[in-house]
Amino acid sequence: MTAEKIIFLLTGALILLSALMVVSTRKLLHAALWLVVTLFGVAVLYAMLQASFLAVVQVVVYIGAIAILFIFAVMLTRREMRDQGQQTRSNWWLPALLGLLILAGLVFLILGVPGADRVPAALPEGFDAVRVLGTALVSPNAYVLPFEVASVLLLAALVGAVYLAGAGKKP
Amino acid sequence: MSIPLSWYLILAAALFCIGLFGVLSRRNAIAILLGVELMLNAVNINLVAFWRYLDPAQMAGQAFAVIVFAVAAAEVAVGLALIISVYRRRKTVVADEIDLMKW
Amino acid sequence: MTFADFLNNPVNFIADWLTGLLTGWGLPDALATILVYVIGITVLIVFAMVLDIGLVWVERKVVARFQDRLGPNRLGPFGLIQPFADIIKLVIKEDITPAGADKVIFNIAPVLAAVSVIALWAILPLSSKIFGVDMNVALLYLVAAGALGTLAIIMAGWSSNNKYALVGAFRMVANMVSYEIPMVVVLLIPTILADTMSVQGITQAQDGLWFAILSPLGFLIFFISAIAELGRTPFDLIEAESELTAGFNVEYSGMKFGWFYASELLHAFTFGGFMAVLFFGGYGGFFGLEKVAGFGWLTNPFIEAAVFIAKAMFGYWAIMWVKYSLPRIRIDHMLAFNWKFLVPLSLVALATPAILHKVLIDLPTWQYALGMFASNVVIASGTIEILRANSRKQRKAEEKLSPQPVKN
Repeated sequence: MTAEKIIFLLTGALILLSALMVVSTRKLLHAALWLVVTLFGVAVLYAMLQASFLAVVQVVVYIGAIAILFIFAVMLTRREMRDQGQQTRSNWWLPALLGLLILAGLVFLILGVPGADRVPAALPEGFDAVRVLGTALVSPNAYVLPFEVASVLLLAALVGAVYLAGAGKKP
Repeated sequence: MSIPLSWYLILAAALFCIGLFGVLSRRNAIAILLGVELMLNAVNINLVAFWRYLDPAQMAGQAFAVIVFAVAAAEVAVGLALIISVYRRRKTVVADEIDLMKW
Repeated sequence: MTFADFLNNPVNFIADWLTGLLTGWGLPDALATILVYVIGITVLIVFAMVLDIGLVWVERKVVARFQDRLGPNRLGPFGLIQPFADIIKLVIKEDITPAGADKVIFNIAPVLAAVSVIALWAILPLSSKIFGVDMNVALLYLVAAGALGTLAIIMAGWSSNNKYALVGAFRMVANMVSYEIPMVVVLLIPTILADTMSVQGITQAQDGLWFAILSPLGFLIFFISAIAELGRTPFDLIEAESELTAGFNVEYSGMKFGWFYASELLHAFTFGGFMAVLFFGGYGGFFGLEKVAGFGWLTNPFIEAAVFIAKAMFGYWAIMWVKYSLPRIRIDHMLAFNWKFLVPLSLVALATPAILHKVLIDLPTWQYALGMFASNVVIASGTIEILRANSRKQRKAEEKLSPQPVKN
């Protein structure tokens, strides 16, 4: 049991516990805040995987933007169902059963895959993942097309969100 | 780096299933979107773990994860805008009650 | 292990000594290393908090000077003991949690606010040898810590169960989310010029030439968006005493309020430090003076730390200067100013040096610097011309609308 494994287990427990709280807590705002905890745990995982750029972007994008958007949406729609009333469906055990079955299947599959217990090789000396990722994202023979498509998607989402949530001017 | 790859994969699988449970069992549309976020994060953990464990020189895993970030942000922005728009018109955020298109 | 070693690299010297001491006591190496790290983190946080106490005094003294008063002057020489009296007062005050508040979130929020600021100190390079970590994504980390601060304020505002607090939190989020964009954009300017995001790399890239000379517009935009991020006047709509009583922290009392107050001051100072790092050469930037014979002592870590603190204090003073000289602006003005003015300008201010840097980099240094500076002057005068034309048009439109003399 190395220190790294202990950190991984603690982070994993934090992620799973907070994720369970996200799907089970009655107060929706608390669910959004638990989501922040989950996202933070995932950022720690990225840091452990030496993907520092993704770890920081996870905090900036997910916690700084997405979680805040969720909190706003909860506040804007809370007149009804304000933390009382049934939050889950009456037949919630069915999805729970389905989830457990899928989890069992996935774990079975993962353990059966050859090489699942591999440990990674050390990164080469002087390997700057941020620089390589940046080059890959804008290099024509790597990912420049998906990158540009993603930016168009973001623009479309921006326009769509403004149109949908806008005050809706009367014609 | 002594953690086997399967640990990350199992953690991601568990997170994915919790998210799935949230999506299927919650009544509130915003809570359903929260579940979708959990599932997307599970996918991202897998992508980054595969990047690190298989071939770090190929940035495919990280590049995909970046694009998943962008898609998640777009999805949340439009999804929440839809929910707020529906809430304005119908005064409800319960997914089952938004059934005008259903017959 | 001599005294000269200590002078040249104090952190490593103490860390080596401590590790030796701990392993000498029979601790395993790994545990000793972790313990030394924990001690280092604690020392850094304690240093930041002690500095924070000093900042309370500095802030009160400076605002008094701006307002033609004396400021604290009763307790101790120059009122130096006043902040300690303030702390004692805050600590012994009754700690109130309002009825209907969401207790857990209400109590976590001040801690998170302080954490979001102290987290910044991890990447603040006090000198070339005294720093927390040298991350290759440090500038993004700066933005990420700001996101945590937003979260703390939203949690405080919502959990207080108070309308004023909630409105304050809403305003703060609108503020932070919008001003984050020009800030991220201008953070890319030092990144491009230094070819790295690490704060050490950026500092060393400015040894000969400050980035404030190469991109004064970038610095100005960073300054404005930093003030907005800090929620200080003229962007202090989150607190807006006249409309919202005190904004998001209206329900907080005692030391919980103290945490918000302390983190605000430390945040301002920290951003002063980042201004120094990003645009004024940080702990270095002596224009090559340290290479001249007889000035080698300038690269001593302690001298560098002193230079850094002085520059950061100057940035902090500039932020205070703005805070106590300008009135508060209206929320719609604030958002319009950001989206219609600051964001487009920051994009232009980023694109120009990005292109010119590639074109001019082979020229001699003074031509390169002159070209970069001139491009900024051109952009600035163009902006002013556009603004002037706009306001002229607006004035004309208003003159047309103004009431005509009525016949009766």
